[in-house]
Amino acid sequence: MARSKSRKIIVKGLWKENPVFRQILGICSALAVTNLMINTLIMSISVVFVLAMSNLTVSLLRNVTPPRIRMMVQVLIIASYVIIVDIMLKAYLPDISEALGPYVGLIITNCIIMGRCEGFARSNPPWPSVVDGFACGCGYAVILFLVAFFREFLGFGTVFGMSVLPAQWTRWTIMVMAPGAFFMLAGIIWIVRSFEKKEEEQITGRS
Amino acid sequence: MEQTALSVTVIFFAAVFTNNILLTNFLGMCSFLAISREVKSSLGLGLAVIFVMTSTSALNYIVYYYLLVPFELVHFRYIVFIIVIAAFVQLIEMIIDRVSPRLYVILGIFLPLITVNCAILGVCLFMIIRQYSLMQSVAYGAGGGIGWMLAILAMGGIRQKLKAAPIPRPLEGPGITLIIAGLMALAFMGFSGMIQIQ
Repeated sequence: MARSKSRKIIVKGLWKENPVFRQILGICSALAVTNLMINTLIMSISVVFVLAMSNLTVSLLRNVTPPRIRMMVQVLIIASYVIIVDIMLKAYLPDISEALGPYVGLIITNCIIMGRCEGFARSNPPWPSVVDGFACGCGYAVILFLVAFFREFLGFGTVFGMSVLPAQWTRWTIMVMAPGAFFMLAGIIWIVRSFEKKEEEQITGRS
Repeated sequence: MEQTALSVTVIFFAAVFTNNILLTNFLGMCSFLAISREVKSSLGLGLAVIFVMTSTSALNYIVYYYLLVPFELVHFRYIVFIIVIAAFVQLIEMIIDRVSPRLYVILGIFLPLITVNCAILGVCLFMIIRQYSLMQSVAYGAGGGIGWMLAILAMGGIRQKLKAAPIPRPLEGPGITLIIAGLMALAFMGFSGMIQIQ
């Protein structure tokens, strides 16, 4: 019973309500950190961690938080976890912390996290909240990896820093610059949405 | 002295054109995609962003260098910055409501959105990372805000025209907006030879 419920939440986070291509949330970092796969990996882990933990905390405190100030409380909870991530990265992975720059701090304003705390954790018990945070984080990570894979592959001819394409390969420099990120994400949204069109016709009523 | 004055103007123009906060740093995308359906609302949001960005960059600069650094609390800058931004936005909302109800109608609904606009926090974090002086930070904040408004205004205009265009259905909405943003980023790259900041 509990397991099937968890599974449902995971499917929802990964596909049915995927934060990036369904709800168009958290686009900023999806574009900014995806020029190299290693940056994307660290960023995804950070987001999954912050999302799951802040969902858990918000859910645990859901009965004692006054509704009027709940947004502020949520922001403070999220910010505390982001500080933990930031300090950890600075201590153990200083190079990547440097490369990610302000984007680690910007996890605070990543709308996915606020959205999940507000939309799910606030009205659900702790365990499903953690699962939901984890699932949504993974849904976000999958899209980030897709974008990052193509950008690094076409832009540098490498995957995780190892070159896979021959040296004669002409690098698509545009892919690692800003416009490439926009085009890649738009392409992914396009492809995914054309798959979902059939589902939509059956369900109907979605805007 | 001359040099700092020069660098302030350079940073200002760089923030508007070559290092546009939206098109090269991808900050503030969420509200950019959601609000840019029409020119009018884009203008309102853009003005609010310029104002809040300029003021909070100065405010956060003062808080960071005169409060956090002496007390060695720099790790808490995320929390402090977001509180300063939220408090400032709340204050401005109340002041505008009292002083000018007309302006409140234009900007009012956009102000709460700004607290969670990552561009504002992003500017504050960039100015710390790049170690700007106070004047440079203000110039960066103002330039960033103007650049952001420029981008969202252009996007609002394009999307208004786009309503009549036959777009493949899966591409409608965010898809086509992202592609246009990509084209705009390409266009803005044309400025990149003029000035450089890191």
